[in-house]
Amino acid sequence: MTVATDRLWPRVAASIVIGLVLAIVPLPWWLAALRPSWLALIIVYWLLHEPRRVGLLTAFLGGLFLDTLHGALLGQHALALVLIGFVTQRFNLRIRVFPMSQQIATVLMLIALYEFMLYWVDGVSGQPASDWRRWLPVLSSAAFWPVVTIVMQKLHRPLPQANRV
Amino acid sequence: MDLGKPESKPLFLTGPSPAVRCFGLVLLSIVLMVFDYRAGHLDTVRNALSLALHPLRVAVDLPFTVTDWAGESLSERRRLLAENDRLREQHLETQARLQRFDALQRENERLRELMDSSTQVSDRVLVSEIMSVDLAPRRHRIVINKGTAHGAYQGQPLLDADGVVGQVTHTNPISSEAMLISDASHAVPVEVNRNGLRTIAVGTGDHGKLNLPFLPNNADIEPGDLLITSGLGGSFPAGYPVAVVTNIDRDPGNPFATVEARPAAALNRNRQVMLVWSSAASAVQVGATDNDEEPEAQP
Repeated sequence: MTVATDRLWPRVAASIVIGLVLAIVPLPWWLAALRPSWLALIIVYWLLHEPRRVGLLTAFLGGLFLDTLHGALLGQHALALVLIGFVTQRFNLRIRVFPMSQQIATVLMLIALYEFMLYWVDGVSGQPASDWRRWLPVLSSAAFWPVVTIVMQKLHRPLPQANRV
Repeated sequence: MDLGKPESKPLFLTGPSPAVRCFGLVLLSIVLMVFDYRAGHLDTVRNALSLALHPLRVAVDLPFTVTDWAGESLSERRRLLAENDRLREQHLETQARLQRFDALQRENERLRELMDSSTQVSDRVLVSEIMSVDLAPRRHRIVINKGTAHGAYQGQPLLDADGVVGQVTHTNPISSEAMLISDASHAVPVEVNRNGLRTIAVGTGDHGKLNLPFLPNNADIEPGDLLITSGLGGSFPAGYPVAVVTNIDRDPGNPFATVEARPAAALNRNRQVMLVWSSAASAVQVGATDNDEEPEAQP
């Protein structure tokens, strides 16, 4: 592969910034409950496609930024992202060759794990957590996985196409 | 290392294995959470991170500010004039009411002096804008565009035109995070305006509802009663409206009545809030800086 991968970091940083912005953009209240966990999807994408260059530390830092922006307990999203990042890293060779339908199912489970970790920390730290709407992002995130994959591939490897033209 | 074969992968990554790394980072996050949960040892870290990420919030808020501004500058002259007239009338009305209030306040001060009790000094306020960013969906938090540079401090009360909105939880030099009174981990000491009955109003996680869980069944409280801040606890200045009682359920089987109230302030509708510096609260704040930074919040 002749991709200029030495310039990967700016792209990872840019995608994380986009994920953070999407996480705090105001939405109407009926849509806000459905907001996908964008940053989790982006981290899963990177760990799936660049497992040797984007690691758990990226997931951790991204989670820490998300905690700050959300006013959550410092480390809550970081913990959840590191865990799903680890699972993704562990099985990335298998998940990468899955057809899209199976990838969606896998992402569904990953985001379910992510939301469960958030739920668990909320419960332990005495936040009210029993609301069925908090599980809606699991479905919406899985539904958006194909879109995220396509957009992220554009961001990930824009150069080969440019060279061909 | 791998002799110029780009596709060959070493069997083992350099450095610690992924499992060890994962374990280390998980441990680090748990340590962070414990320290953050226990009386905010990480406030400086959080405030620094929050300051570093401020440009993101500004970027998200910008389109909304621009839309507001454009809407104002492009709206019709006729509508602006009408709005101006309406505001002028409102101002006149408020002014008239204030005159009476001034007289009452002076009378109150004189009476208090006669009784040798301390007089209430009027509070200083600063209008600040709520930034259009969503925080965690189930927590009622807002970000405002005033920080320590403007004198904001942790635990400072926030008001709007109709009543108490919440209190500041984290500050950095240019912005602050605040918790609304409807947040489920927030509680505010209140009293019934009609008879001075003191209790605590606890948030429910619903913008339109507060609970008063500590009232016995025979408490003298009725639907429509106005709840005002009692000033106990030292965080909120006394005498500002908090909520109106809407619903009381007295079940003889339970020792406490179930009382619900609707917040007086427009918690999820306004775009501007007022930071308040009250003499009583700041005196308490200066005297008790070593205590828990959120004296109103429940453990």
